[in-house]
Amino acid sequence: MARHESWGRYPVATHQKARVLHWRPNDLRPLLQGSLLPYGLGRSQGDSCLNENGYLLDTSSLDRFISFDEATGVLCGEAGVTLKDILDTFVPRGWFLPVVPGTQFVTLGGAIANDIHGKNHRRAGSFGGHVLRFELLRSDGQRYLCAPTSNAPLFAATIGGLGLTGLITWAAIQLKPLPTPYLEVTTIPFSNLEEFFSLIGEYQDSHEYLIGQFDGVVWRRHVRSRGVLMLGNHSQHKVAKHAARGRAISIPLIMPNWLLNDYSLKVFNWLYQQRQGRKKKYLAHYQPYFFPLDSLQHWNRLYGKRGFLQYQCVVPHEAATAVMQTMLQVMAAKGLSSYLASLKTFGESNSPGLLSFPRPGIVLALDFPFRGIRTLKLLEKFDQLVGNASGAVYPAKDARMSTKSFCTYYPRWQEFSRHVDPNFSSSWWRRVRPLE
Amino acid sequence: MRRILITGAASAIASAAARLFAAEGAAFFLVDRTADRLQAVANDLRVRGAQYVATATADLNNFEEHKELIRQAEQQLGGIDTVLIAHGTLPKQKMAEASWEVTERELATNFLSVVSLLTLVANHFEPARTGTIAVISSVAGDRGRQSNYVYGTAKGALTIFLQGLRNRLAKANVHVLTIKPGFVDSPMTAEFKKGLLWVKPHVVGKAIHRAIGSRREVVYVPWFWWGIMLVITAIPERIFKKMKL
Repeated sequence: MARHESWGRYPVATHQKARVLHWRPNDLRPLLQGSLLPYGLGRSQGDSCLNENGYLLDTSSLDRFISFDEATGVLCGEAGVTLKDILDTFVPRGWFLPVVPGTQFVTLGGAIANDIHGKNHRRAGSFGGHVLRFELLRSDGQRYLCAPTSNAPLFAATIGGLGLTGLITWAAIQLKPLPTPYLEVTTIPFSNLEEFFSLIGEYQDSHEYLIGQFDGVVWRRHVRSRGVLMLGNHSQHKVAKHAARGRAISIPLIMPNWLLNDYSLKVFNWLYQQRQGRKKKYLAHYQPYFFPLDSLQHWNRLYGKRGFLQYQCVVPHEAATAVMQTMLQVMAAKGLSSYLASLKTFGESNSPGLLSFPRPGIVLALDFPFRGIRTLKLLEKFDQLVGNASGAVYPAKDARMSTKSFCTYYPRWQEFSRHVDPNFSSSWWRRVRPLE
Repeated sequence: MRRILITGAASAIASAAARLFAAEGAAFFLVDRTADRLQAVANDLRVRGAQYVATATADLNNFEEHKELIRQAEQQLGGIDTVLIAHGTLPKQKMAEASWEVTERELATNFLSVVSLLTLVANHFEPARTGTIAVISSVAGDRGRQSNYVYGTAKGALTIFLQGLRNRLAKANVHVLTIKPGFVDSPMTAEFKKGLLWVKPHVVGKAIHRAIGSRREVVYVPWFWWGIMLVITAIPERIFKKMKL
């Protein structure tokens, strides 16, 4: 079995052991030989899914459904059930997840622990808002049934709680009715960030799903930030033909660091812009629309051994344009390109978790190959800009934020830390947690 | 609608195969040792589309209970058309070497209990002139090796038994499938160090589902084990006896 690593493959935990849970445990005390941390499919980019010198509780075999109510759409499943399994099973029956992230290789427990969001945050809020209840198993042997109305403080701490409050053994979530598995997609090119911001103002009310992808490569001390806005609505019309889904390709373990570089990305982005260069409307199957990278298994290995860092931040609307322009200028000045760059919006809906990332604003995600101290310094600079604008950075993607930044982004951290299970920990938590 | 009796139904491989049949709306009679695990598997299959799921807890080393188990399955499902034998244990070779009791128990679990069940099932399918018998054997049964020969003996004997049974039941139109998995990363092999040749249980489950559908006789899972075992069985005994396998 593959080593338990994080998706960004930076940092690497060399001294951690994993215990595979095959059945829902009743008691974790027999496993207590070090600190514990639940681990699903390892899609967190940084170190929030790593536990150096401790133990991981691998939940990927806890993948059984428990019940489904055809009348209400309430699904109950074990923590390791994947979103892919849920969609494969329930899309043919006319149900969909209310919130989907950019990959379907995510477990139910992981979706809750990171309070994940999708391209429809303005309408649907975050994943945690659709969680009806779950069971939390603590290291002292206590089991808590958590819901908005029962054990509410523990419920709020566990949603977005990064696995630190105990082990979620099962959860019940609300699915939404789905007219067809297809989406009516509109793509509109934009030539810079300002254009993107004016486009979203125009289109965000008429479309449920919204995401912008842009060129984050530095060209002659300048980030062009031209890109494509992709809008989507569930299609109401049945279609006869099946959209091609293609065979998944897997990236081998050993890829050279040089494969992804500014030149290969310039070529790729140019080709992409040629294809997407004008406004288009088409019908897409939900899989390529929501999960374009899922057909490239282990795409994270394209970055080679060095790994990569993702910086995902949200900045309140009024400050977003200025802050993000400045971020791109800083990148350009330092000559550090982002190989995957996307923009989304967060709406007003309240996130249920104490450490939930979503809050109203514009969301920017930038992937950087890890180039040592230069990359870390750049992201440190980003933290100043985002922090000053009352924004926040997503812990699920983080491998380097400082304690000070964490406390600024997550003012309810003290309330949260009271609910952390004394025998649960993670590399991330030990790094950002303020010492009291 | 397929009506399936599965033994060792809570095992990772069996439940992976069962999920695929559940999605097609099959009905199940599931047998395993622990009630809560059976319940977890049964609930999962129901959500995935199984028309009907009944369960029974049993220790299949009590051979005298087999008749009653099959009668129950018949009654619950209104007839059986597919049997998947997936129960088994992997003994520690050293413990088996040290103790006849351990060896006897392992042979009983992995070989005799299956023969007992299949004697009943075969006599049931033969006059009906229909049915599928799928049994999980192992690549370990292709050649005796010092590291694992007690388990290998049981699986090898099982493979030969199935060859004979297939030969007998062919004219009665009964399909007999021998499944030979290689290394599978499941609770049964939790203590092993995993390498490149290891696969997840769902890979084996998928292969079983496909082989039952296409009425295959013998399948190695993954397929490359066919080649590996071809080489291993071709080595002369004079050389093989000095090898560490």
